[in-house]
Amino acid sequence: MTESNERRVVSVIVINEASVLSRITNLFSGRGYNITSLTVAPIPDTKYSRLTIVTAGSVRVIEQITKQLHKLVPVLRVYEHCDMVEKEMALVKFPVTENLTDIDTLCRAYNGKIVNSSENVVIAMVADEPQRVDNFLTVIKRYNPKEIVRSGAVALER
Amino acid sequence: MQISGAQMVIEAFIAEGVTTVFGYPGGAIMNVYDEIYKQDGFEHILTRHEQAAVHAAEGYAKASGKVGVAMITSGPGFTNAVTGLADAYMDSIPLVVISGQVPMSLIGTDGFQEIDAIGISRPCTKHNYLVTDAKDLPRILKEAFYIANSGRPGPVHVDIPKDVTAQIEEFNYDIELDLETYKPHIKGNPRQIKKAMEAIAKARRPLFYLGGGIINSNAAYEVRELVQKTQIPAVETFMARGVLSYDDPMLISMLGMHGSYAANMAMSETDLVIALGARFDDRVTGKLSEFAKGADIIHVDIDPASISKLVNADYPIVGDVKSVVEDMLESVNLVDSTRYEGWRETIANFDELHPLMYHEDSERIKPQWVIERVGQLLGDDANISTDVGQHQMWAAQFYPFSRPRQWISSGGLGTMGFGFPAAMGVKVAAPEKVSINFTGDGSILMNVQELMTAVEKKIPVINIILNNNYLGMVRQWQTLFYDKRHSETDLSVQPDFVKLSEAFGGIGYRVTTKEEFDAALKDAVEKNVVAFIEVMVERHENVMPMVPAGGSLFNMMLLEKKETK
Repeated sequence: MTESNERRVVSVIVINEASVLSRITNLFSGRGYNITSLTVAPIPDTKYSRLTIVTAGSVRVIEQITKQLHKLVPVLRVYEHCDMVEKEMALVKFPVTENLTDIDTLCRAYNGKIVNSSENVVIAMVADEPQRVDNFLTVIKRYNPKEIVRSGAVALER
Repeated sequence: MQISGAQMVIEAFIAEGVTTVFGYPGGAIMNVYDEIYKQDGFEHILTRHEQAAVHAAEGYAKASGKVGVAMITSGPGFTNAVTGLADAYMDSIPLVVISGQVPMSLIGTDGFQEIDAIGISRPCTKHNYLVTDAKDLPRILKEAFYIANSGRPGPVHVDIPKDVTAQIEEFNYDIELDLETYKPHIKGNPRQIKKAMEAIAKARRPLFYLGGGIINSNAAYEVRELVQKTQIPAVETFMARGVLSYDDPMLISMLGMHGSYAANMAMSETDLVIALGARFDDRVTGKLSEFAKGADIIHVDIDPASISKLVNADYPIVGDVKSVVEDMLESVNLVDSTRYEGWRETIANFDELHPLMYHEDSERIKPQWVIERVGQLLGDDANISTDVGQHQMWAAQFYPFSRPRQWISSGGLGTMGFGFPAAMGVKVAAPEKVSINFTGDGSILMNVQELMTAVEKKIPVINIILNNNYLGMVRQWQTLFYDKRHSETDLSVQPDFVKLSEAFGGIGYRVTTKEEFDAALKDAVEKNVVAFIEVMVERHENVMPMVPAGGSLFNMMLLEKKETK
């Protein structure tokens, strides 16, 4: 009875109040759902915040996730679209001794650039679709990245 | 009006029409208890354990249909109450539970009797609040009562730090609630309801699957009318006992793990399940892939998350059962009730083949006889609470329930220790009825301290202890599935239950014959004080029939046939 686990992006609009984030994450852990990534920030000039949750599950599980999220009192809206514009940011620290021209060129191919440099390291930034960020991180392995941080996806329905 | 946070709690209770609060004081909630001392708008009942306070509030809520209210202190007071919150959450019981908390300045410092209460109650409440400013208190309390008793009901927990109950602010309870993120869906989609009625009219073997949501939405009498007009057979879940009267010709029985053969076979043979306020619990469905296999499903539920959670609904209808059934009744003339005659006969044959019964083949009293006997002697005049275990299943199988809110039991969570305090809450809510608690020799000891509450407040609950010197239900599973290794279930060492009750100021009876039982029950009803009636029953009786966990409903273990009844 294994059903295919599909990657899904769920956006949740919540009232910006104390402990609302733990209500959401508790729901995922308590009911055994996965969180691949989660981002959250206030929506400007409103009392709401928007969460973007990347998750995986069968059609039935995803349907349950959206319904259970909607049941939480401070949740205003839940979007679960296939047709989303998705972006994710990654920051990568390279030794300054690596080929910075190559790195810069690669970054530009992924909507990024070198954003900071110090005596020993430079920090590069890219912002692209999560799948393309994956690719970028594979490609730059040969330049000995010292640290990588990903933001998690943000998304808007078209 | 400028008043303290503690006074606001009192004023809000009175404005909400609260007449009884069950609770237990302590350090962090003392400001509120000081105001309770000064007021006479409601009665406070001091239980002897915080868990019992919440169960009593549940019993009160289930019997009355009103919101039950409990009050406890921080730390251990709150953690003791968590089982009650979880129980109410699983069974959708409307509660408002107020807990004290350490002062705001101490939160996060591991202060004395500090615990992250709303962190703990979050997964077992419908909603919860930590009040950080008394200015918010009127709104929060009003929301708490509204959320608890609207939509799919449930417990709401409000945690109030001690300095907030001392804080003096303006109190105005006459506020409009504006909960833009919480809007329960009451009215069912008319087109879906029409389609469902057409499906019923076309079905050959439809079956009503009645759930506890009907009781919560006060829809039992509308459902009775729908069943009567369509002449479609019905099964009830454990939570729905009393929706139809026991003598309704359309009522087959309870279904599920310990449901009747006919009820489970009907569910296996039906071509259209009409689920009203039921949630396809695993104890009801057995093996999901074999459940009502050939049938289409109409599912009416107020909670969209219950629909297609476990079984895919062909006709999903989100709405309050009462409202939806009223709409269904409007097009009931689509249904030709003679159409299902053959189906009704089939079910009658199932019932004749393996009726719900037991054998009188022991020197000792059979536990099922006790249930039936109370039904004969008290019937409609009693409200029936139970603890959890074999006695609970026998009560659900054999008591002649005749009305909604007559049956009060812990279904979802299965909480031993629920029965006695719940039966106290039931008695407070419905003093004109006898309040019976069927319990076992295991369960009763889990909240036995409530004898003191019942004596002090003169709450004459009659606890009928079906004593088989076993944790009977676990013993039954060990007998059937663990090769008779009765690990830690033999309760041969026991207190003297009669003396135990008497030690608190109650009365007690120990009966070994049917005549003694009749006399004891009659005497206990007349004396009208809290009582233990300990009935020495057959030790090795099993609850039958039974669908083994994860098995299919049509594959039941049945009572062995014998010549004599």
